[in-house]
Amino acid sequence: MSDTAAPTGHAVSGNAEIDDQTRRDFLLWTTAAVGAAGTAIAVWPFVDQMNPAADTLALASTEVDLSSIAVGQSITVVWRGKPVFIRHRTADEIKSAAEVDLTKLPDPATDKDRVKKPEWLIMVGVCTHLGCIPLGQKTGDTKGEFGGWFCPCHGSHYDTSGRIRKGPAPNNLPVPGYEFVTDTTVKIG
Amino acid sequence: MSGSSSNFKSNSAVVNWIEHRLPIFSFMHNQLHEYPTPKNLNYFWNFGSLAGIVLVIMIVSGITLAMSYTSHVDIAFNSVERIMRDVNFGWLLRYIHMNGASFFFVVVYIHIFRGMYYGSYKAPREILWMIGIFILLAMMATAFMGYVLPWGQMSFWGATVITNLFSALPIIGDPVVKWLWGGFVVDNPTLNRFFALHYLLPFVIVGLVFLHLWALHMHHSNNPTGVDIKDKAKDTIPFHPYYTIKDLYGLGVLLIVFSVFVFFAPNYFGEADNYIPANPLVTPPHIVPEWYFLPFYAILRAFTADYFLFWPISWLMSAKLAGVIAMFASILVLLLLPWLDRSRVRSATYRPVHRLLFWVFVLDCIVLGYVGGHPAEGVLVTVGQWATFYYFLHIIILVPIVSVLERTKPLPDSIAASVMKTHAAE
Repeated sequence: MSDTAAPTGHAVSGNAEIDDQTRRDFLLWTTAAVGAAGTAIAVWPFVDQMNPAADTLALASTEVDLSSIAVGQSITVVWRGKPVFIRHRTADEIKSAAEVDLTKLPDPATDKDRVKKPEWLIMVGVCTHLGCIPLGQKTGDTKGEFGGWFCPCHGSHYDTSGRIRKGPAPNNLPVPGYEFVTDTTVKIG
Repeated sequence: MSGSSSNFKSNSAVVNWIEHRLPIFSFMHNQLHEYPTPKNLNYFWNFGSLAGIVLVIMIVSGITLAMSYTSHVDIAFNSVERIMRDVNFGWLLRYIHMNGASFFFVVVYIHIFRGMYYGSYKAPREILWMIGIFILLAMMATAFMGYVLPWGQMSFWGATVITNLFSALPIIGDPVVKWLWGGFVVDNPTLNRFFALHYLLPFVIVGLVFLHLWALHMHHSNNPTGVDIKDKAKDTIPFHPYYTIKDLYGLGVLLIVFSVFVFFAPNYFGEADNYIPANPLVTPPHIVPEWYFLPFYAILRAFTADYFLFWPISWLMSAKLAGVIAMFASILVLLLLPWLDRSRVRSATYRPVHRLLFWVFVLDCIVLGYVGGHPAEGVLVTVGQWATFYYFLHIIILVPIVSVLERTKPLPDSIAASVMKTHAAE
């Protein structure tokens, strides 16, 4: 490797020196690029190991029997470790949810798009602000200014369709993928 | 007495044999014994070494706690209770570690405010200051993850709220949060990785502390006058025995106060809710972080849709994202302090307007802490929003303007002269 510090004194080799310089630059940069790409690829497994593992992903669906839930009652089931709110809505609640002016909603969505059967409201009971569980499932709970759910952490109010109406939360309570297996059994996930 | 030439001499053949191969004895002698230190340092200069000692206390108590702790969601809470009841002196180790975290932040916050008052961040100590801010960030990450480990209600919901902050990021928010959790909620994978990282980060802090000390020893300690060392013989005294004894005295005082909390009020800084095992289906009515995070929590919550600081950027992002950015910015903006403050005078003692503003800033931080500890309701929302506004106003606007316009008081000719003047006046 004695030529890495090529002396500049050889007047005749001017062009050759420039060629040499270019060639060495090329080798330097391609080596660096290959090294960087290789390092990035090698780092990925160490990053990806933190993503949900196969067994975590496998716990994907939950079946729920709805037959025992009376009108006006709610239950909370666990799906993927999160609470899922299932509410057997009253006719009043369905009506008030349907009548809302969409332009007044921070996250506009019709009630019809948020349910498969209007009497069954099924959604993930995790506040979209910072992940607390809103109150409103038990009969004694405060339900907020819109008769639905109220998050005590930072004061978000949800309506009878689980839509955000007031407070810091940016989005409606999300509706998970679900299907009715029979008239009274629902499969979430 | 320049840094490299050493007066170190030993009669021991063993010491000289090692010294010839690894000059560790002369290094220690130069940096801890002969090390020239301004002769006029007051007690506020104790807090750097105190922070170092608290770090050691935290590492020793932490490693011993880890010998009896289990980081599994089914066992974690009970393993901590077993430490409290069954493990020999387990209660002592845990109360030292719990209260040690609070004392670490007390000591470090005083250390930071001292640096701000006496202009210790100014040239040539900018990198020293910036490393300090990185140490603070590493401390915060460590403390947050440590608080999750007992797996009580506050552990769980604190972890949920703080990790959910990242969901505010556009597009990558959700994948990042799932990546942090290793699942769809805070769960066993989250607890495990937090334990691993909580064990790792203190040693990263040790590394940063060495860089911090290295940078400090390049230009030596600042001092209450902010005047540079001009004549080492007149302006400085050797670190040992003068400051070793002064630091030891300060340590004695700290340990007395620390013991009062450990033995007589061990749960004073804690939250009762954290003695309830974590329940992913029930959120406690009022989630508060540990006291040392409260000012930053108040800044996070200040950003609501109707906050005047949010209006100019409301077309760009949600209030939630703005709050998250503001919270991180409130610490990162301190990195720029050496360049925002353009005054050539370091010490606030000679800067009347800057000194007044400094105390208003300290008060503002206390107000933010108070607001952060209470539910965001009524007048406190407005107070928190104005206090947040003032926090950034102070650092970004007032400090630069005052540093240019202020007429400073005359500085003493030297550290020695300032000391002699004080004595003459008595």
